[in-house]
Amino acid sequence: MRPGSTSAACAALVSRDLTLVWRRRGDALNPILFALIVVALFPLALGPEPEQLRRIAAGVVFVALLLAGLLALDTLFRGDYEDGSLEQLVLSPHPLSLLLACKIAVHWLTTALPLIVIAPLLGELLHLPGEVRGVLVLALLLATPLLSLIGAVCVALTVGMHRSGMLLALLVLPLYVPVLIFGAGACSAAQAGLPFLAPLLWLAAALVLALVLAPLACAAALRISLS
Amino acid sequence: MNALTLWFHKIGSPPTFYRIAGALAPWCYAIGFLLGLVALYGGLVLAPRDYQQGDAYRIIFIHVPCAWMGLFAYFFMAANAFIALVWRIKLSEILAMASAPIGAAFTFITLVTGSLWGKPMWGTWWSWDARLTSELVLLFLYLGVIGLYAAIEDRRQAARAAGFLALIGIVNLPIVHFSVNWWNTLHQGSTVRLLGPSKIAPDMIWPLLTMALATHIWFFGSLLARTRVGLLELDGGKEWVRAIALADAATSRPTEQAHD
Amino acid sequence: MPPSHDSHDRPALLEARGLAFSRNDEPIFGPLDFVLRAGEVVLIEGDNGAGKSTLLRVLSGLLAPTSGEIRLDGEPLTLARLSPRVALLSHHTGLKHELSAIENLRFAAGLHGQRKGMSPPSALGGVGLEGYADVAVRQLSAGQKKRVALARVLLAPVGLWLLDEPYANLDLDGIKLVNRLLENHANRGGAALITSHGAYAYTSGTPRKVALRASSPAQAGEAKT
Repeated sequence: MRPGSTSAACAALVSRDLTLVWRRRGDALNPILFALIVVALFPLALGPEPEQLRRIAAGVVFVALLLAGLLALDTLFRGDYEDGSLEQLVLSPHPLSLLLACKIAVHWLTTALPLIVIAPLLGELLHLPGEVRGVLVLALLLATPLLSLIGAVCVALTVGMHRSGMLLALLVLPLYVPVLIFGAGACSAAQAGLPFLAPLLWLAAALVLALVLAPLACAAALRISLS
Repeated sequence: MNALTLWFHKIGSPPTFYRIAGALAPWCYAIGFLLGLVALYGGLVLAPRDYQQGDAYRIIFIHVPCAWMGLFAYFFMAANAFIALVWRIKLSEILAMASAPIGAAFTFITLVTGSLWGKPMWGTWWSWDARLTSELVLLFLYLGVIGLYAAIEDRRQAARAAGFLALIGIVNLPIVHFSVNWWNTLHQGSTVRLLGPSKIAPDMIWPLLTMALATHIWFFGSLLARTRVGLLELDGGKEWVRAIALADAATSRPTEQAHD
Repeated sequence: MPPSHDSHDRPALLEARGLAFSRNDEPIFGPLDFVLRAGEVVLIEGDNGAGKSTLLRVLSGLLAPTSGEIRLDGEPLTLARLSPRVALLSHHTGLKHELSAIENLRFAAGLHGQRKGMSPPSALGGVGLEGYADVAVRQLSAGQKKRVALARVLLAPVGLWLLDEPYANLDLDGIKLVNRLLENHANRGGAALITSHGAYAYTSGTPRKVALRASSPAQAGEAKT
């Protein structure tokens, strides 16, 4: 790879971001802890009867992961914005959307993937039926990248704002609704013995679209925010 | 440059638009209000009772036109946001941002009237049926745009960011509607359709359409009024705003001048 | 030999005509006219709040000017055309604090490429920080961080340097270093635009100065060339 070529730039960015996560690997546990707490609150609030928990298990896991992801979204651009690296990315001679796609990919790998790995455990805490477990993981594998991509666009619009947490949640909520409906809906359908392939396919189609469009939208949003 | 383009440029100039809007807005308010009264009379008094829902259905004369306006305002906002982002026209920025609170208000009224309708119909103040849920998401979309616009200091950058969000939202709107419909059928939610299976009688249509027209006119009146304020804000340092401010100060000063 | 004597017969690298910027209808600077040619160092002087940093951001393509235009090699400036040729040093260092100095420079080399004959270690040496390669930036002093940032600019294979307050945080040796780097860059045919609030000026030869006064609508900054 020639230094200065676009593939070298992407490799350098991915390597840098992974190194940064590794240097602060304690922080990487935060989303997992948060999701665990959220899941634990439900039996405490509703009572421990397995029948009742079983009905809401998949949905609660989905919501817990969605909220944990929302908290983690803040770290996507904040560090780079505060020390000026984001500006350097915008000023680099490479397509900004490609660089941002790399950042989002690393962010998903280091925040969402660990959550997906513990999702079956979280489901078990709520007595999730075994046959739904596979659908849950598959739905999460499709939904979480979508949430990261869509969330990235909204974070780009609010980058640099102090205390933007509430505003960010307000911005992403309408965009997250379809993803949640199809993702958790696939699990509900599977649990009820109904066909669940359709919502998963919708998620997959949306994911493909988002993989192409979201980085471009993110770059445009970032340029507006940094101007 | 032909006459039409020239006319557009002239209208788009802030002082001209300020004047024209100032002249038109009171008329829009007045006509909208009167038409609204006529429509309400037709709907509340003249229209016959529904054979299924009795008199309780009459709230649709407010509920449905407001729902239409909530959607119309969003499309209007998104169209202006697009123009503002592509061609950087100041007036479009202001028009887009001014329509957001109006659309949000109409959406809120839709939700409240839907709720009031729900109580006698389903015995509950809220129902997660497809329409109301979509309407709630629409309200959140509006609040997001308004919130983002308020959170950024630089007014023009704020309008561009919020406009960008509005455009994302408009793509999202049909997706939300589609997904909520699917969600509703999956969970065998309430299948009560708000308008009931009965065909809508002609005596019920004209108040509905009249109210729709009234709300449209009212929307433009409110929009023009808000846009005037937005123009003053944005052009604060310019000559024409200063002239207006001085003129206003002169007329409101207590008259101690010598008689001529 | 200071390059500013015969600069007028060299082609214009960057040209600003009637450049102005305002935010929320408050004028920040302008209208401004000046020309930057290869081999020149131009100093933008002004008090705090005069809009120097904003001017650099407009020139780097990050901000769009409110009025006026900028030309790069005679053609209108676009970020796409400018970005392969410019290195910006802003208030922020652009360095990640958890990474070491050399890791930061290696990333910069990956992102922007590196100047022929230069590498991250040699760039660090060029700013007097050999031996600090593996120190985390977090542990460096403000002056040392500034030097690493300068190393990043030195490493970039670009002809145009936009440096915002390059002398800030540096001791006397550091100031001499900046001047040396600027002189070498100019002698190589590069060009640089630096801002300073006047305390330490570029002392090699007589750089052309552009003065920005804190703007009010009546007295916008003017160019004195």
